[in-house]
Amino acid sequence: MDEALIRSLTPGVLGVLVRRGADFAAAEDAVQDALIEAVRVWPTDPPRDAKGWLVTVAWRKFLDATRADAARRRREDLVEEEPAPGPVASADDTLQLYFLCAHPSLTPSSAVALTLRAVGGLTTRQIAQAYLVPEATMAQRISRAKRTVSGVRFDQPGDVATVLRVLYLVFNEGYSGDVDLAAEAIRLTRQLAAAIDHPEVAGLLALMLLHHARRATRTAPDGSLVPLAEQDRGRWDTKAIAEGVEILQAALARDRLGEFQAQAAIAALHADAPTAEETDWVQIVEWYDELAALTDSPVVRLNRAVAVGEADGPRAGLAALAELDASSPSSSGRGHPLPRHAAVAAYLHERDGDLATAARLYTEAAHKASNLAERDYLTRQAARLNTGPGSF
Amino acid sequence: MAKYLLLKHYRGAPAPVNNVPMDQWTPEEISAHVQFMNDFAARLEKTGEFVDGQALAPEGSWVRYDGEGRPPVTDGPFAETKDLIAGWMVIDVDSHERAVELAGELSAAPGKDGKPIHEWLEVRPFLAAKPSTTECTFK
Repeated sequence: MDEALIRSLTPGVLGVLVRRGADFAAAEDAVQDALIEAVRVWPTDPPRDAKGWLVTVAWRKFLDATRADAARRRREDLVEEEPAPGPVASADDTLQLYFLCAHPSLTPSSAVALTLRAVGGLTTRQIAQAYLVPEATMAQRISRAKRTVSGVRFDQPGDVATVLRVLYLVFNEGYSGDVDLAAEAIRLTRQLAAAIDHPEVAGLLALMLLHHARRATRTAPDGSLVPLAEQDRGRWDTKAIAEGVEILQAALARDRLGEFQAQAAIAALHADAPTAEETDWVQIVEWYDELAALTDSPVVRLNRAVAVGEADGPRAGLAALAELDASSPSSSGRGHPLPRHAAVAAYLHERDGDLATAARLYTEAAHKASNLAERDYLTRQAARLNTGPGSF
Repeated sequence: MAKYLLLKHYRGAPAPVNNVPMDQWTPEEISAHVQFMNDFAARLEKTGEFVDGQALAPEGSWVRYDGEGRPPVTDGPFAETKDLIAGWMVIDVDSHERAVELAGELSAAPGKDGKPIHEWLEVRPFLAAKPSTTECTFK
């Protein structure tokens, strides 16, 4: 039985319940219960109409819970036994669920958790495991998020950009434990792309596919980082790359450029190069210029400096870095506040032949790394320069 | 979404404002302090930000490898060790600002005369295992 397939029915089923008048929080609980029952029952007794089965069971669970609730409060409110025929859930319902779960009133972590549960159909335990927090904490985070959006009307138009940010966060978390959040993010973005025609949704999907295609080569078996230039390109997933490029090209053709399309274009240029040496760095710099015009983010300008270093040589890269430094307010004292600034500077100085400065900066970069794999990689770079043959 | 360690020290932190050792509080003051800590953890669980909280015994031993086939060497406790950890709380929050805000609230735990201790807490970000997927230039 394909659990992802069952879970793909989640938003449609939830949409039907909400359309029938169930409040979102209770309906969401009922759908979770129905999903759990499906996982239990379907292997031996598969339904003919999977979605119909889930709607029936979820509605019954909702009625049971509502009745129990009503009895507790000694209040026999008008809960109809049989639902009104009502509109059938559609792509619009799915879209509304994405908007609701990424509502601007939610903090990023709440929006992520609620999206994974109410749209993705993951259990609280799976989400807790993926984010390495206790299940009780995640349960509270989700029920709090549900309370936060309880007053939001289901049919209000939402903001696609907030949904994309949430999916981007999920994708970047990668995978830990038995939940592959990157794959889940791709699935959810694909589903979103089917529900709304929007070039940035396509851009994000392309970006995810292009990064995901390289995943197997980004780390060595021992978990250490393999930099882009050293990855085994023969092991890149060409099917995912082809799909990503195709989706991106269709999006770009509509001439409504956005941040995710520009990022995907850069990823596509990397994916396109048969060898690291054949990378079209000049075009990559142009895309970074587009991206900088769209976001004006210092992270983008930092990455641009790397690309400039490859396109026009390390001196040009260092000059681009110096421009960035001049425009950022607090780059003195304890070093540059931007994560990875020292790593980029170290790389450019090494290519420029200044090994002593490079080694010192690699050590500084390792000290500032926000994750273990990167810290170890940068420490190894410093060690290589400090102890290797031809060290200064 | 990042994890932070809020670290409480027996020794090694700068002196707090309300600097009276616990054994000189009234039993009620101690109860009020313990209640504050429990309530704080319970509140964080409700906000979906609590990961773990533990207290450590003040005395431990030092252990090191002493070569193949030999038992490890043990020593200590060393009275002169400057830094002594009393316990910690691990939180999972949306921002560094939120971590600082919560540490500030925890530092207001009541001490002597029921007044806030203003204890210095150390706030340390966790290192993630892996970099995020899309934002790194050299991979």
